[in-house]
Amino acid sequence: MTDFTPNEMMTIAAARQLSNDDVCFVGIGAPSAACNVARLTHAPDITLIYESGTIGTAPDVLPLSIGDGELCETALATVSVPEMFRYWLMGGRISIGFLGAAQLDRFGNINTTVIGDYHHPKVRLPGGGGAPEIATSCGEIYITLKQAQRAMVERIDFYTSFGHGDGGDHRQRLGLTTRGPTLLITDLAIWRPDSESKEFVVRSLHRGVTRDMVQDTCGWTVRFSDDLEETPPPTAEELGTLRDLQARTAAAHAGARRAA
Amino acid sequence: MSKFLPLSQAVGENLGNGDVVAFEGFTHLIPHAAAHEAIRQGFKDLTLLRMTPDIIYDQMIGMGMAKKVIFSYAGNPGVGLLRRMRDAIENAYPRGIETVEHSHSAMAQAYEAGASGLPLALFRGYKGADLPKVNPDIRFIACPYTGEQLAAVPAHRPDVTFIHAQKANQKGDVLIEGIIGVQKEAALAAGRVVVTVEEVVPSFRGLHPNLCILPHWTIDAIAVVPGGAHPSYTHGYYERDNAAYLEWDRISADRDLFAGWIRENVLGKTPDAFADRVKGLRQ
Repeated sequence: MTDFTPNEMMTIAAARQLSNDDVCFVGIGAPSAACNVARLTHAPDITLIYESGTIGTAPDVLPLSIGDGELCETALATVSVPEMFRYWLMGGRISIGFLGAAQLDRFGNINTTVIGDYHHPKVRLPGGGGAPEIATSCGEIYITLKQAQRAMVERIDFYTSFGHGDGGDHRQRLGLTTRGPTLLITDLAIWRPDSESKEFVVRSLHRGVTRDMVQDTCGWTVRFSDDLEETPPPTAEELGTLRDLQARTAAAHAGARRAA
Repeated sequence: MSKFLPLSQAVGENLGNGDVVAFEGFTHLIPHAAAHEAIRQGFKDLTLLRMTPDIIYDQMIGMGMAKKVIFSYAGNPGVGLLRRMRDAIENAYPRGIETVEHSHSAMAQAYEAGASGLPLALFRGYKGADLPKVNPDIRFIACPYTGEQLAAVPAHRPDVTFIHAQKANQKGDVLIEGIIGVQKEAALAAGRVVVTVEEVVPSFRGLHPNLCILPHWTIDAIAVVPGGAHPSYTHGYYERDNAAYLEWDRISADRDLFAGWIRENVLGKTPDAFADRVKGLRQ
């Protein structure tokens, strides 16, 4: 087995959670890489949807934005943005929403809006985009992010999208019928919510990762599963697929074709 | 009824100080040339409406043209933050701006409501989110049949909408294809509509019957500006200049660098410059 980076492990561990039958609303960045590795390895028939309106897209390189031409050219169909959000997302036709986060808490609530006070922010982040309704309309939510104290916090500064709120049955109390966050994949571990409290619990550590490493990069007191597993390391096929994809992407985004 | 005009005249006749204006395009077909013309003409106190205010609104905000921005995602797509917009929000430079923030779903449906002549958009949204606490335009009403609480936002009715499209025919009908975004809705919601196009063709005869078309009688002015979406792209004509989006992150990070870039690339140029910018990107 060749060496791999924590980021590669994160992307590949996330890709493994997706299957051929999934209809997946894909966020840009790490989620997009994971979804396309899944498509290029064990889940060739997965339906990938980007909020620009592309349904069933199969890009050869990772898009820099959610509306790159590659997404439209390789899609089964491209619909308008209002149709995407009404018929496909709100209509309940999407099984998995795959999101990243700037700030995340232990209940899977996500902030991508501001750091600090909303009206006088320390850092103004881009905002929610499609996420507020992705988080409540998709059948379930997968989250992926790189662990850091400033990203995984005790309290997020702003609820851009709702996860399990204060935990327990908070979603049901708001009238939400979808499952919310069911999976968190970081560069160090795989987490799933506790069935009662809905707090994320570490179920599997990636190879070479210790409990201390997970706790040191997380702002809340981490709970570990009693039967903690080790995430199987990337296979040669998984790693080769991801690296080829990233190399093609880097070449395309550097303006290689422009210089030619 | 659409008139073919030089871009300077199309912008000058349809945009005014204090207007609510949408320059729409969802990553694809972003009307950069029209926005640069608005910068050259120096409009003030605009309310900028757009789902994804990206580089063009960063430029207009950086030039102090906006008093308010209504939006749902203020990022440089795939790259990061909008640094001129952040400077305005965080430091009131060059002036403070008011922000009214929504989700994409709300923005898209508010345009659709505007195009439909309805006063509001109604949808299942914002549950558990904090945006309703900071945006008083977001309200909730009960469905009269089921009692379900639904989110409501006011319809978008911009004074003027600018879009970029692939082609017009000689009559002034406009054709858009690829990622069509929210442009049809933004155009039909607006009081006035200005379109820049890559080219004019004699007619649309023989094309697929379901293409996205805006009839000439829905459009006020058309300006022919080849390359007018650069560094965004025009499906079937030229690719997205991803390197330029990455480069914007560096330029926009510094106030003086930004001002110099605008002087050289916007104020000191005419719409003809766009054709050269896409030469190496043509398909």
